[in-house]
Amino acid sequence: MTDLTAQPKQRLFDPFEFLARYGTLIALALLIVFNLIFTRNFASMQTVNVNLTQVCTIVIVAVGMTLVIGTGGIDLSVGSLMAISGALAPMIFLGKILPIGNIYLAVAAAMIIAVLIAGIFGLFNGWLIARFRIQPIVATLVLFIAGRGIAQVMTNGNLQTFRVPEFQFIGLGRILGVPVQVILMAIIVIIAAWVLKRTVFGRQIIAIGGNERAAELSGIAVSKVKLIVYGISGLCAGIAGLIVIAINSSSDANLVGLGMELDAIAAVAVGGTLLSGGKATIIGTLLGAMTIQLVRYTLLSNGVPDAAALVVKAGIIVLAVWIQQQGRHA
Amino acid sequence: MTQVKLIKILGSYGVVIALLLLILFGWARYDYFLGLFNITSVLRYNSMFALVALGMCFVIMTGGIDLSVGSTAALGSVVAALASPHGVWIGLGAGVGAGLCVGLINAILVTRLRIMPFVATLAMMLAASGTALLLADNQSVSVSYESGFTTLGQDNFLGFPIPAWIALFAYIVGWVILNFTSTGRGVLAVGGNEDATRLMGLPADRIKFLVYLASGGLAGMAGVILASQFGAGQPIEGVGWELFAIAAVVVGGTLLTGGVGSVGATLAGVLLLGILFNVLNFENGKGWISLSAYWQSVIRGLFLLVVVILQAKLASRGGVAAKDH
Repeated sequence: MTDLTAQPKQRLFDPFEFLARYGTLIALALLIVFNLIFTRNFASMQTVNVNLTQVCTIVIVAVGMTLVIGTGGIDLSVGSLMAISGALAPMIFLGKILPIGNIYLAVAAAMIIAVLIAGIFGLFNGWLIARFRIQPIVATLVLFIAGRGIAQVMTNGNLQTFRVPEFQFIGLGRILGVPVQVILMAIIVIIAAWVLKRTVFGRQIIAIGGNERAAELSGIAVSKVKLIVYGISGLCAGIAGLIVIAINSSSDANLVGLGMELDAIAAVAVGGTLLSGGKATIIGTLLGAMTIQLVRYTLLSNGVPDAAALVVKAGIIVLAVWIQQQGRHA
Repeated sequence: MTQVKLIKILGSYGVVIALLLLILFGWARYDYFLGLFNITSVLRYNSMFALVALGMCFVIMTGGIDLSVGSTAALGSVVAALASPHGVWIGLGAGVGAGLCVGLINAILVTRLRIMPFVATLAMMLAASGTALLLADNQSVSVSYESGFTTLGQDNFLGFPIPAWIALFAYIVGWVILNFTSTGRGVLAVGGNEDATRLMGLPADRIKFLVYLASGGLAGMAGVILASQFGAGQPIEGVGWELFAIAAVVVGGTLLTGGVGSVGATLAGVLLLGILFNVLNFENGKGWISLSAYWQSVIRGLFLLVVVILQAKLASRGGVAAKDH
């Protein structure tokens, strides 16, 4: 009993829909082809390593950001939380707060405490947003401003330098030739992608971002989900902060994570997650971050100054969001 | 319903009351707090933020946001410094013009391409910053001292700093536009309910267009003052200005959802945040405490926290709190 008239009209081909779905992937492929032809020594393990290690921290932060944006929110505080975790960890493993004899114990304590504190600050963001119904952009603005100040006050603005291989393993070490932070990134991406796609919690995130009122009426504990999502974003920022200071062998509260919120949001936007919430993709975010990184690498290795790369990045963000919107309206 | 009334008064005048209390505290505690030198230097420095916050206030009242103001000011300062050898007016015009260009692109992205204000202005923040760095070749650009360009930022007129006069003038114009012109009422209407505004036949897009353009121009003007005051165009200044401006606007009781806002309270918000830092400096000078400069961001953040929580509570109890303009 097929009613032909009721059948949805099949559009043959919608270029915007297609671009919105595969644009990032196509852009990434084109970039790689371009580089293979024009950039010298591109097809080398070193290039892969340089790009992957540079993109790691952005991807890790952007994973948390994807979940937050999936609920229709935003987290401006991630850079400042990176600074806090980056300032706190060396204070612990260098024994400035309390002396711990065993270096492995000290490093483990430093990592766990620093990341947890960042997570707690993330929960604080979520609490402001869920409990007081403050708009996410304002609520996280509080820690964006105060968070870096907290890190600076903790260290009195001083640079902390260290040479602790046990700790720096997460930024400089390799397992089977693969940098440790790349492995960390892969684990976080896989878990987050699985959570978002296959778990009830992931569905709830999308439901809240799509229509918060409807989600609430259908019995989803909206406040709880938001609280957890911002907490996760804080944890991700905390981990990224540790990796940054491990790579640098130093922690500067003035610089760690500076501007990271923008990089993360850009990666999420280019990756195809709707910035208004309700549709999110972790793999997209990974591809988005890599696209931005590869554009920058391409420009720099072909002699274009870093400042011009900023302008190009701006163009990419606008283009990506515009294409996304055309795809949605069509 | 005296309680509701009280809440409404607190919501409307809370920021002004807090500002007066803070000034009273400073006056009672420190010898030179209300001295001419301190007053003029506070006004001179904060007039840049006041200009940026004014533009932000209008943008936020339409329900939008402008994240590009900080880098726009930086771009404005670089362009003004580069043009300063040709005279005060050309330097000023070039800086404001650069700001207007950024504002124009923002306006086109938001009203024509319908890109969310948050994303469009974020992208322009990067683009303006990149352009400023390119023009300045990654370093600060010294202004010309012969052409008299620095009078703009460093001299006084009738005993008050010229930047403060510029800011005051801008706020008076802003106040008149908001309260006595159809465009101004349209700004609040668009922020309150954009669809309804369109159905009523108000030119919603034109209003939004003008608002982003103005925000860019004001940020450019702030950049001109920056270059003139410190004698150099600074491509890396302006980082975090947008957030300071948002904080000032929010402290002034303007709702970030749009539709409600006040020009005067925004000015009070700017002064409150500025004087808070000033008081901290005086307190350090007294020697009772020694808080490093790093505390200022912590205290500003805490302050913002208190304000937004109060605002949220007021909004849920007394209806929309800050109704006065």
